[in-house]
Amino acid sequence: MNQRQKEEYLREYSILKSEGKPFFPYAVAKDAAMACVVMICIITLSLVLGVEQGSKVNPTTTTYVPRPDWYFFFLFELLRVIKPPSLVGLATVGIPTLGMILLFTLPFFDRGPERRPERRPIATATFVFVAIAMALLTYDGATVGTPTALNINLPTSVAQQGTAAVAKFELGREAVAQNGCEDCHDIAGNGNSGPGPELTYIGSRLPANAIGRTLANPTAPMPSFKNLPANKFDAIEYFLSQLK
Amino acid sequence: MPLHPVAEAGVTVVDWIDERTSLSGAGRWMMFRKVPKGTNWFYTLGSATMFAFLSQAVTGVFLAMYYRPDATGGAYESVRHLTNEVFLGAFVRGMHLWGASVMVVLVFLHMGRTFLWGAYKYPRELNWIIGVVLLILTMVMALTGYLLPFDQRAYWATVVASNITGTGPIVGPYLADFLRGGSEFGATTLSRFYAIHMLVVPGLIAALMGAHLYLVAKLGTTAPPWKKVHKDVKLDTIEA
Ligand code: HEC
Ligand code: HEM
Repeated sequence: MNQRQKEEYLREYSILKSEGKPFFPYAVAKDAAMACVVMICIITLSLVLGVEQGSKVNPTTTTYVPRPDWYFFFLFELLRVIKPPSLVGLATVGIPTLGMILLFTLPFFDRGPERRPERRPIATATFVFVAIAMALLTYDGATVGTPTALNINLPTSVAQQGTAAVAKFELGREAVAQNGCEDCHDIAGNGNSGPGPELTYIGSRLPANAIGRTLANPTAPMPSFKNLPANKFDAIEYFLSQLK
Repeated sequence: MPLHPVAEAGVTVVDWIDERTSLSGAGRWMMFRKVPKGTNWFYTLGSATMFAFLSQAVTGVFLAMYYRPDATGGAYESVRHLTNEVFLGAFVRGMHLWGASVMVVLVFLHMGRTFLWGAYKYPRELNWIIGVVLLILTMVMALTGYLLPFDQRAYWATVVASNITGTGPIVGPYLADFLRGGSEFGATTLSRFYAIHMLVVPGLIAALMGAHLYLVAKLGTTAPPWKKVHKDVKLDTIEA
C-alpha cells in the first residue's frame, strides 16, 4: 500500500466506523453469548470425556511410543510422512520454523490494499491448502499407531494355518496392546522388562489353557482379565500360545 | 428522585477513585468506541479465545492448590489424589484439560479469520505480530502442561519434544538445555516446566493480550472486507 492507498483506507474506514454501533452493548452482547457457548463446550467436554491418568513414569522403558496431545498430531505426523533420516530435521524443525517466519513477516510481504478473500487468490489458496493439510495430518495422527503398538512378526506357523488363524492372531496382538500387558511384560522387545516375566517365548513354556488360567486367575500384582469379552480373551490366549 | 443510599455510596466510591485515577475516561474509550457496520459473529472469536484463557487461569489456580511438582512420585500421586479423591477434582481437571483444546481451536479460528479477511494489513500489522507471539505462547502452554500429570504418556512425549527442540537451529540446543534444566531429562525438568507453565507464560500471555486489546481499541476492528462505503455524498465531498 502506498501513501495514497493508506490514506484512502483510513478515510473509508473512518466512515464505516462512524456508521457503526457502539461496542457496548452491541458487540459486548455477542461476545458474552459466545463466552457462554465456550463455557458450555468446556463443561460438556469435561463431563463427557473426563480425564484419565496413565501408568506412572518409567524412564527405563525404551519402547514406549510417545504420543503428543491431539493438537500437535500434525507436527508429529510430519515426522512419519517424511521418512528419509536426512530430511527428519526438516520435518521437525525446518517446517515449523519456516511457518513461524512466514507468519511473522506476512504483513511485510503481503501489502496490497485488497482485503476480499476472493480477490486474493494466493492468500486464500494458501489458507485452504494449509487448513486441509493440517486437518489430514491431524486425522492421520489420530488413527495410526496406538501408543502401545506391538511390533512382532507373524509366525510362519500361524500364517500356514490360514486366514482365520491370522485374523485371530492379529486380534490378540491388538488386545494385548490395548490392555497394558506391556506395562509389566517384555514381548519381543516391546514393553517393560518387569515386574512380569518375559512373554516372548511363552508359547513354548505354557500350553494355551494354562495361559488362559493365568489370565483369569493371576497372582498379584498382575490384574485378572477374566472380564474381557470372550473373543478378545480367546484371541489373547491364542496369540500368546503362538509365541514360541 | 434521590438515589437509594446504597447506590449513592457506590457512586461516591466510583467518583472517589475516578477523581484520583481518571480511569472512567479509559473505560468509556474502550466500551463506547464504535465498531464498524457489518461486524458479525466472526468477530467474537478473539474475545472467545480470551475467555477460554480466563477459564484456564481460574481452573489452573484450583489445580495448583493440589499439585506438587515432585518428579520422584509426588506429582503423579498428587494428580491421582486430585482426580480420585478431591471433591469435583476430576471435573476441574477435565475443564482445564479440555479448555486447553478449546483455546487452541479458538486461537487458530481467530487467526484464520484475521488472515482470510486481510485484517493483518495496514494499519494492523503490529497487532498481527503480537498475535503470532500469542499463538506460539498458547502452544507452549499446551506443551508444558502435558508433562505435569507425569504419567508415561506425558513423560515420553515431553522427552521427545525437548529432544526435537534440541535439534533446532542456533538457539535449539540452549533452549532444550534450559527447558530440561540440564543436558538430560531430570528431576529439575518437571519443576521448570511447572514454573514456565503456571507463571512465566501466563504472565506473558496476559501482558500481550493487554497490548493486543489496546491496539484493537486504538485502531478499531476492521469492517468486513466486502463492506464498501456507498459512493454517496460523504466520500465524494471528502475526495473533492
Ligand atoms: C501389573 C503388572 C502386570 C500386567 C498389567 C500384566 N501382567 Fe502378566 N504377570 C505379571 C506378573 C508379576 C506375573 C508373574 C506372576 C506369577 O506367575 O506368579 C505375570 C505372569 C503372567 C503370565 C504367566 C507367565 C509365566 O511364565 O508363567 C502370563 C501368560 C501373563 N502374565 C500374561 C499377561 C497378559 C496377556 C497381560 C495383558 C492382558 C498381562 N499379563 C498383564 C504382571 C502383570
Ligand atoms: C491468546 C490469543 C489471542 C487473543 C486472546 C486475541 C484477542 C483478540 C480480540 C479480542 C480481538 C478483537 C475482536 C476480534 O477481531 O476477534 C483481536 C483482534 C485481532 N487479532 Fe487477536 N487474539 C489472540 C491471538 C491472535 C493471533 C494468533 C493472531 C494472528 C496471528 C491475532 C491477530 C489479530 C488481528 C490482526 C486482530 C485485528 C482484527 C480486526 O481488526 O478485524 N490474534 N484479537
